[in-house]
Amino acid sequence: MTDFSDYKGIWVFCEQRSGELMPTDFELVSEASRLAKEIGCKVTGVVLGNGMEAASKELGGYGADEVMVCDDPLLEVYTTDAYTKVLCDLVNEYKPEVLLMGATNIGRDLGPRCAARLHTGLTADATHLDVDTKEYIEFLRNASTIDVETVKLDEADRNLKMTRPAFGGHMMATIICPRFRPQMSTVRPGVMKRAAFDQAKADACQVIKPAFSITKEDIHVEVLSVEKAAKKMVDLIGANVVVSVGRGISKNVKEGLALAEKLADAMGGVVGASRAVVDAGWISSDHQVGQTGKTVHPKVYVALGISGAIQHVAGMQDSELIIAVNKNESAPIFGAADYGIVGDLFKVVPDLLKAIESERAAR
Amino acid sequence: MKAIVCVKQVPDTSGKVAYKPDGTLDRASMDVVTNPDDLNALEAALTLKDETGCEVVVISMGPDPAEGMLRELLARGADRAILVSGREFGGSDTFATSQILAAAVNRVGLGPDDIVFCGRQAIDGDTAQVGPQIAEKLHLPQVSYAAEIKKDGNKLTVKRMLEDGFMMLSVETPCLITCIKELNQPRYMNIKGIFECYDKRIERFDYEALKDDPLIETDTIGLKGSPTNVFKAFTPPLKGAGAMLNGDDAAAKLASILAEKHLI
Ligand SMILES: Cc1cc2nc3c(=O)[nH]c(=O)nc-3n(C[C@H](O)[C@H](O)[C@H](O)COP(=O)(O)OP(=O)(O)OC[C@H]3O[C@@H](n4cnc5c(N)ncnc54)[C@H](O)[C@@H]3O)c2cc1C
Ligand SMILES: Cc1cc2nc3c(=O)[nH]c(=O)nc-3n(C[C@H](O)[C@H](O)[C@H](O)COP(=O)(O)OP(=O)(O)OC[C@H]3O[C@@H](n4cnc5c(N)ncnc54)[C@H](O)[C@@H]3O)c2cc1C
Repeated sequence: MTDFSDYKGIWVFCEQRSGELMPTDFELVSEASRLAKEIGCKVTGVVLGNGMEAASKELGGYGADEVMVCDDPLLEVYTTDAYTKVLCDLVNEYKPEVLLMGATNIGRDLGPRCAARLHTGLTADATHLDVDTKEYIEFLRNASTIDVETVKLDEADRNLKMTRPAFGGHMMATIICPRFRPQMSTVRPGVMKRAAFDQAKADACQVIKPAFSITKEDIHVEVLSVEKAAKKMVDLIGANVVVSVGRGISKNVKEGLALAEKLADAMGGVVGASRAVVDAGWISSDHQVGQTGKTVHPKVYVALGISGAIQHVAGMQDSELIIAVNKNESAPIFGAADYGIVGDLFKVVPDLLKAIESERAAR
Repeated sequence: MKAIVCVKQVPDTSGKVAYKPDGTLDRASMDVVTNPDDLNALEAALTLKDETGCEVVVISMGPDPAEGMLRELLARGADRAILVSGREFGGSDTFATSQILAAAVNRVGLGPDDIVFCGRQAIDGDTAQVGPQIAEKLHLPQVSYAAEIKKDGNKLTVKRMLEDGFMMLSVETPCLITCIKELNQPRYMNIKGIFECYDKRIERFDYEALKDDPLIETDTIGLKGSPTNVFKAFTPPLKGAGAMLNGDDAAAKLASILAEKHLI
């Protein structure tokens, strides 16, 4: 067995876009801080950008003990080549035991490139992390169909156990990387819980500015422009309530969307959709919930005219309360729901809007 | 000039999913399909072939039945098809898979005008890691999430999608691009292609053919060598069925439950 005693600490690569840290960064730092307690080590946030020093201290408020900031005009906008070089050079010098990053379109470009260069394994899109074996068994008790009483695991095992969905959510796999370091994983955005912000910790967070080198010659892909989507994107991940529509609105798409909009307004939420609705062009793709869309865990998720395909359920099953309205009583969505109503959404939603109004009036 | 396309055969996770009595996935009884994104990668290569007359080479690592898929890709317009297959390769993770595929690309020979196309993500392993890892191993610049590709000589302009917009990138050949479904509409097989594909040979690269490539590290391939291991595989429990609200006042019942829980 290789000696890993040189490798210490958890690093979180914290992505920024246009100089702003991403929501995932705060989730990951919070999660890393939880794991660091299991391991007994420090959490370091690593930020690459240009002029990121001041903004980076905020990571301390969520659990980073220190942040490592690399500022350079060549790091202002993400390029695979520059980010891979700087991050890998730092890892080789400081040797973290664990390296996490958000499974965003950028993290999933950077992560594999870095893992190949660092000669280590990479877990994709993890939704749960454990070091402690007892904690892991507790997790299995709730999240699997395995009879945990029959599971024998080595309690002294300190490998990071990285659990992720595969086969489109039909199956979960826990991945380990026992022979190489750092242990790397990309982590699905929106899944890890963000800790409460602590201003004192943010103030106390140390900023380290390590030496690094990057030149134009290192970069082989030129960024011509970065375009933000014209329309403001819907904030599905941050919403307390998501009201999603499925193909069940097809008999009157305009009316169906308007009803979802009204219900979302009444409950203080936003509108989501199944892929069928996005593919039909009825709503833009930033509204899509599911395996190839966003993972949400709002307080309330309402599924209107959605059948409940596993790829959709994968993106909403961890919502605190799930309500389904479907005219087919055997629709699989009812298996994932806390409350179900069998009926035509074009009738049920107006009824529900009225009922919500009278509940409010009665108070 | 060549366009090399990496294509994976995958179980059809959108159809009926079968489980074994112990709860694990029964892959053997599921239908197999060509990974959807890889058809977009092939289409990108065939579009280049239409424009430049370049050669299109498809490579797949997998067990023998993948030959059938490769023949279908020949019928869609690919010129050469290579099956990378060997007991030593079985159970490879993405690190190992990319090493083997990179060695296969080397064996085909990568020229200065050539492009390697991959799908963004395979629907079974779902990692989206193999493309970027092949690029790193071959020291190629990479562009992932390609939704538009324009070629002008050796320069490519690529629209790369982000969650909140996109980037326009410029890259020169040789390079590697991973493709998403927005890139194009894959073409079907044509009659001529179907007739001709049976005259073409499916080439095979086994362990012997690749083992001397400097990219192959014998201790990081296959199930044993892979850096990552599956520690446990399991199926998530179905949430117990919830309460069904019936009757004409179902909506009213729901509203009062929401009010009780302080959710409205
Ligand atoms: C690789 C892959 C990835 C995927 N990723 C995603 C993803 O991220 N997100 C996603 O959502 N899907 C995804 N899908 C697609 C998924 O498999 C389903 O096809 C999709 O979720 C179906 O959408 P739907 O429920 O709206 O439509 P349908 O399955 O057609 O269901 C419509 C439902 O509406 C009900 N209905 C009809 N009329 C009414 C009415 N008037 N009132 C009430 N109910 C009514 C019907 O009973 C039915 O249950 C993916 C598929 C694949 C293969
Ligand atoms: C449940 C489960 C979980 C897993 N989790 C991980 C993990 O977290 N990390 C890890 O490193 N490995 C993991 N693996 C192993 C991984 O699935 C395999 O290495 C697989 O061969 C490649 O990964 P993928 O299917 O995710 O492909 P992706 O990386 O998603 O594929 C991207 C593209 O690469 C090309 N490509 C991929 N495979 C082939 C091939 N065989 N032939 C030709 N082209 C190909 C295709 O163009 C494809 O579109 C897991 C396997 C299982 C069964």
